[in-house]
Amino acid sequence: MHGRMPSQGGLSVEGGERLVKGKLLTGNVAAAAGAMLARVDYIPAYPITPQTEIIETIADWVREGKMDSKFVQLESEHSMLTAAGAASLTGARVFTATSSQGMLYTIEMLYNVSGWRAPMLLVNVSRGVAAPIVLEPDHNDVLAARDSGFLQFHSETCQEVTDLVLLAYRVAEDKQVMLPAIVNLDGFYLSFTREPVILPEQKKVDSFLPPYEPVTPMRASKPVSRGSSVFEGFLYSYFRYNQHGAALKAKEVFQKAAMEYEGLFGRSYGPVEGFMLDDADYVLVMSNSFTALGRQAVKRMRERGVKAGLLKLIMLRPFPSEEVAALLRGRKVVSVFDQNLAPGSGGILYPEIAGALYHVRGRPSAILPVVGALGGKQTTAKELEAVFDEMIAIDREGKIPVPLFLMRGDELDRVKKMVSIAEGKS
Amino acid sequence: MAATTRFRTLKDMPTMDYISPGNTLCAGCGGILAVRIFHKVLGPNVAWVNAAGCMTVTMSYPLSPLKSNWLYTAFASAPAGAQGVRDALDVLIAKGKIPASEDMKVVVVTGDGAAYDIGLQSTAGAIDRHLDFYYLCYDNEAYGNTGFQVSSSTPYGSATKTTPATASYPFGNAEKKKDLFEVWRSMKAPYVATLANSHGVDFLRKVEKGMAIRGPKLYISLAACPTGWGFDSRESVELEKLAVATGVWPLKESVDGVVRHTVVPRALTPVKEYLKTQERFSHLFEPEEKTGAIAVIQESINGYWREAGAREGFQVKVPEPIARGAVELTGA
Repeated sequence: MHGRMPSQGGLSVEGGERLVKGKLLTGNVAAAAGAMLARVDYIPAYPITPQTEIIETIADWVREGKMDSKFVQLESEHSMLTAAGAASLTGARVFTATSSQGMLYTIEMLYNVSGWRAPMLLVNVSRGVAAPIVLEPDHNDVLAARDSGFLQFHSETCQEVTDLVLLAYRVAEDKQVMLPAIVNLDGFYLSFTREPVILPEQKKVDSFLPPYEPVTPMRASKPVSRGSSVFEGFLYSYFRYNQHGAALKAKEVFQKAAMEYEGLFGRSYGPVEGFMLDDADYVLVMSNSFTALGRQAVKRMRERGVKAGLLKLIMLRPFPSEEVAALLRGRKVVSVFDQNLAPGSGGILYPEIAGALYHVRGRPSAILPVVGALGGKQTTAKELEAVFDEMIAIDREGKIPVPLFLMRGDELDRVKKMVSIAEGKS
Repeated sequence: MAATTRFRTLKDMPTMDYISPGNTLCAGCGGILAVRIFHKVLGPNVAWVNAAGCMTVTMSYPLSPLKSNWLYTAFASAPAGAQGVRDALDVLIAKGKIPASEDMKVVVVTGDGAAYDIGLQSTAGAIDRHLDFYYLCYDNEAYGNTGFQVSSSTPYGSATKTTPATASYPFGNAEKKKDLFEVWRSMKAPYVATLANSHGVDFLRKVEKGMAIRGPKLYISLAACPTGWGFDSRESVELEKLAVATGVWPLKESVDGVVRHTVVPRALTPVKEYLKTQERFSHLFEPEEKTGAIAVIQESINGYWREAGAREGFQVKVPEPIARGAVELTGA
């Protein structure tokens, strides 16, 4: 399936009650459009579902002459990331994409490319990881890259995909940062779902995102060694602490860039985003496309007279501890919805939120861990309402929260029924 | 060989060095010597792309003995790193973002562990994509940097740390050396050649020849390894000479798939003379000589040269076959 060339603005779409401006694009084409608007030089690629539409779209645009870039398909994701990082070090603006097993296969190179301080961009289209093999999303793939030194931006909508691609380049290539970045979108729920996307005007993008200026690139006239070995811990620590400092710096750089972006394009971004937070007593923390469901649950709770709110994480690396703490202090109970699972521990983001709150005065009395929507498992707003009910119960009864693992009775019944059919019992 | 070569005798070897003396590699390392000679022919504008191995440890922050560019990638994917560097240079020059004078020859340099084993997939990919690059494999026939464990390049009869010669495994490594030259050739690489530091003119001319060819140019250079093989470091080049004289290390090239031996010994020195110079083969002689294993090695060399001679129309006098006796060949 080839994506269609997006044109500027134009198309107006009747969307629900109001007139929505923009062009209907899948999340995948929105990512490809971001790459085109960023005028990337080089796209090393490797196919994997559900990301493939991104690289197909770009391959098409390059061959049609709509992108002045070189596209090359490698023989594995590991090689793809190696080529991407090496090209970035040589001075090219590099874009690539992966999903799931592909992300896992890149892991060795993620650490390398980040250590090289090569500010390339990797779009991850989330999909659960095998075994068992599955196609629909959860975040174990992108969170496997959590500690690699890549910056991470997570998107809820197709519009955010395009915007975050442009913002991510701006932050990654900032001289104070010089780190690679990942932009995440959910497979299927965003990748194959058409939403109205307003594509920024190219001229304005060019002023927001000037050409990439590499630091000490490999040049015939001025040779450099990159990726050199170090054999003593003090040297290794020196490089690692520098990497950490640069990653921390990325938050401020992102905030400044986002303000400029808002001035140019009218859409506002921050490391986190609140929904009905002002007076909220009970707050659900979420990320990515399922946040839309969380918003729905919050609205229903409000209709029931409960002061519910939501905190969406956009920037996961660097982790926005101060923003999380500032927005969650003074709440009665908070719940972290983890669409991922670390077997034997629980949700991966839970300890990060808890850590951000530990030293905060007026921290919530309890933080309820919730794991759900694994492998893209259909979840209803009602289930998230139940999470709010549990927060209220914890608050009223002073209970210690017990982790919730979302799975409905009718789903368990379906499992049992399928097994019994397979066993020839019914 | 091309009539236009600038290399007639060893005196034609360029005097310019791009690697400083006093680097951290072992005395007598055949690998760094190959890199040094290779670089002399290529000239100054080079980007080396490296996979994990002995060369990795000599480019150690904040020092480098190289006068050219260096990028360490990972064990499995140096050819993909070369792809990224090559493509980026092409794109940036085409877009006018850097001048054409910044162009470089992109050279992958790895040991045999990366070339024969863990990096073979990425090499295959680069060959398929007809990437314009050089691959220099310094082949010391085992994982030398980690202390000499068996690789698929290790020859039959060599002891390594993971194939030690014991009472139940008296011959060390029981598998044959992988024929990487043929693997690369079968993938339709336009130029494949073997090199030995002992045969300088042959070495220089092959690099020169590769420079005139667009696409993948792949070299396997014998790298005598004093620490791994167990010999006195000053014997390094002599030992490579003996490897060529015994026919263990054929010097050859393949141009668009057509193979030609570039150095054809008139008569092969018996392989025993080569084997007994090195600790890695000492179990073939101590406590008693393992005639059967030595016979197998000699037979395979004789067979190789008979076949090559028949194909290319030359004759090599091979040593008399050794009587095998009743020795069990593969061990337990």
